[in-house]
Amino acid sequence: MKFLDYAPAPESQALLNLKSDYGLFINGEFTAGRGTPFQTINPATEQQIAMIATANEADVDAAVSAARRAYNGVWSRLSGSDRGKYLFRIARLVQERARELAVAETLDNGKPIKETRDVDIPLVAAWFFYYAGWADKLDHAGVGPNPSSLGVAAQVIPWNFPLMMLAWKIAPALAAGNTVVLKPAETTSLTALLFAEILQQADLPAGVVNIITGDGSTGQALVNHPGVNKVAFTGSTSVGRAIARSVAGTDKKLSLELGGKGANIVFDDAPIDQAVEGIVRGIFFNQGHVCCAGSRLLVQESIHDDVIDRLKRRMQTLRLGDPLDKNTDIGAINSAEQLARIRELSDLGQQEGAERWSADCEIPENGFWFAPTIFTNVSTSHRIARDEIFGPVLSVLTFRTPAEAIAKANNTPYGLSAGIWSDKGSRILAIADKLRAGVIWANTFNQFDPSSPFGGYKESGYGREGGRHGLAAYLKPAVRSGSRSLAAADHATTPGSKKSASASKKSASAEKAAK
Amino acid sequence: MTSTPLATYQPDQRGLALIGGEATDANLRRYLHGIPGIDAVGLEARAADLGTRSIKTSSKRWAIDTIIGLIDLTTLEGADTPGKVRSLVAKALVPDPGDPGCPRVAAVCVYGDMVGAAVTALGSAHAAGGTAGGEVQRVRVAAVATAFPSGRASLAIKLADVRDAVAAGADEIDMVIDRGAFLAGRFGQVYDEIVAVKDACRRADGSMAHLKVILETGELNTYDNVRRASWLAILAGGDFIKTSTGKVAPAATLPVTLSMLEVVRDWHRLTGVRIGVKPAGGIRTSKDAIKYLVTVAETVGEEWLTPHLFRFGASSLLNDVLLQRQKMTTGHYSGPDYVTID
Repeated sequence: MKFLDYAPAPESQALLNLKSDYGLFINGEFTAGRGTPFQTINPATEQQIAMIATANEADVDAAVSAARRAYNGVWSRLSGSDRGKYLFRIARLVQERARELAVAETLDNGKPIKETRDVDIPLVAAWFFYYAGWADKLDHAGVGPNPSSLGVAAQVIPWNFPLMMLAWKIAPALAAGNTVVLKPAETTSLTALLFAEILQQADLPAGVVNIITGDGSTGQALVNHPGVNKVAFTGSTSVGRAIARSVAGTDKKLSLELGGKGANIVFDDAPIDQAVEGIVRGIFFNQGHVCCAGSRLLVQESIHDDVIDRLKRRMQTLRLGDPLDKNTDIGAINSAEQLARIRELSDLGQQEGAERWSADCEIPENGFWFAPTIFTNVSTSHRIARDEIFGPVLSVLTFRTPAEAIAKANNTPYGLSAGIWSDKGSRILAIADKLRAGVIWANTFNQFDPSSPFGGYKESGYGREGGRHGLAAYLKPAVRSGSRSLAAADHATTPGSKKSASASKKSASAEKAAK
Repeated sequence: MTSTPLATYQPDQRGLALIGGEATDANLRRYLHGIPGIDAVGLEARAADLGTRSIKTSSKRWAIDTIIGLIDLTTLEGADTPGKVRSLVAKALVPDPGDPGCPRVAAVCVYGDMVGAAVTALGSAHAAGGTAGGEVQRVRVAAVATAFPSGRASLAIKLADVRDAVAAGADEIDMVIDRGAFLAGRFGQVYDEIVAVKDACRRADGSMAHLKVILETGELNTYDNVRRASWLAILAGGDFIKTSTGKVAPAATLPVTLSMLEVVRDWHRLTGVRIGVKPAGGIRTSKDAIKYLVTVAETVGEEWLTPHLFRFGASSLLNDVLLQRQKMTTGHYSGPDYVTID
């Protein structure tokens, strides 16, 4: 055995205490769903992990009603600092149970434990900590003084970062004073249900967060429910389009975070070894199941061969296999359906004349796997240069001048992310200015932070998550009585003494409740 | 006052061909500044990522023994005596008296005036001429030279320092570069000195002592400087590039070592020649040392994990590794009194 065939180093599952069946989390309690339950499987082994309930329309209605009652009765009356206390408590509980959540996420999603342990779960805690701090500072959220919450938020999240997407949705919604009904993706409901247990531990008032599981029809019933004030969706562009259509004409506020085909642009003066790392992180992080993945590599023609050579060498050191092994870099594809799509698009890439190369790696017998793959000689008209593959597949294109790089990077219906690699600061700023993408990374890729807004241009959606902007998606300006001018209204809120006195009284009584 | 003009030494032709002319400040500057830069954040992130590899059971056992065989067991104190060096050599030959199966270290590393004492103490276990082989693993003698650690002396003194050590039987010379000259942009001077020192490594029989070039990365300060100094040392004919003297903080770090390994990897791609890397100073635990093994294996390949191509410059590391080794054999931790001090 060679040293590089590192001996197995599996993370223990002993910490996990999973139930065999999970119900819906409505009004602070687990209840059976009225739809047909379905199994959630480990995509690395195809073994069943647990049975998950399906929420039918009646269940959706019960969840929305519970959220409405909690909104009217408790949550909208609580002071910001008290909402913050709950969020801080949730954040701390996530940290305390981090290892358990990481193992569960890896089992259910197929992503490597080193990512759930070092990226997903720490970011979940960070998101709750960040928005906990905002809860009593909403005057500074950018929507004017005394902003008000929206009401009940319906949130539908994808399977690629299950718990992280939950945190991105729930933390700002609760901080802003809304209550929530959240539907996790069908294939990855598990950690959302463990999170429901955390909410019970945190003594969050019943109904403030409701988690309902099921397939697309459950999600559809949720976003179409008339009792919902806000719809937030992360997922595919086609579903996002359908949601936009169904929400149109209602007074529901909508934010969409959809697909992407991010350009990772490498100039000839780039720090080359770090750029190669960035390319790897850009497309092979989370098996490429990342909406902001750097799935199009735009490399300056003069260094193309060198970059590809280095990239291939680096890819040979990627370790594909048991997601629970601490040394695994590439885990399982989340579902058979997704694997089929990746295969179909990759085969198409080959038929269209692009040159396919995959790292040598042993593919396990069971489960859904796809070796890290790059396509060279790709042109902008190829499907693999235009369609989101959502897998560990990189399309390599070249450019000659900065102008061509910008034109090619922007030549996509999407506009979520881009990366620029150059040692020249002025070039980075100039290029970033001309790229139509919501997030642009310079000399790095796939970095997330709760204080940084995230979202797309064009078909990648609208609205921002994270930062102050993410908060604004769950707020509306203070309702003002008709005749008063804006200036007068502003003035009326400035003498803070009276207001803060009453607020502190309110928070004192609510503190008891929060303890 | 230099005794021999620098120009009389034979520089490495391959290096000159790459530079594309004489090794002048201007030519070297052009070459070294044409090498892609390093993004510090990205380099450190990659090193941290390599540091998360989890090396368990059989892999750990192999790693522990490999680390011992890669150590340059070092004493570089003003208070060194022949007695201290004898004690160091005894430890080098029998790291763990309780386990005769424990491998020996690669070399002992001493000041030039202690080379004789080290050679005598090693006796038949000395790997004279730097060739290890036979049934018993032999141990080399490495000497620091060229007015180590500061390098602030005339070239004549530095070369005499080297020749003395080689004549006394040193198999390897650990020289320091002139950091002042490097930082002032006098690349030609740094280059010429390495060429001259390399020449001074020649023994009477024409064979050469191995040359390790210490960059003192803690004084070079930036990764870009480390990368350029690494290229410079290799272009001038160094057999090994070494991070530090151990007398300046920070000494070896994982990102610095990674950046040097990347240079060595690129040199191998370019010329097919394998250059060694020696992180020195600050590596004290098995856990840290294993991170270095992982970094070597995943950057240049595991064929680099031999004493000819990779060393740890360390003193306290050995005992921590031995404690780990005993733990793996017996299943429980012992304590500092169960390993010998040298």
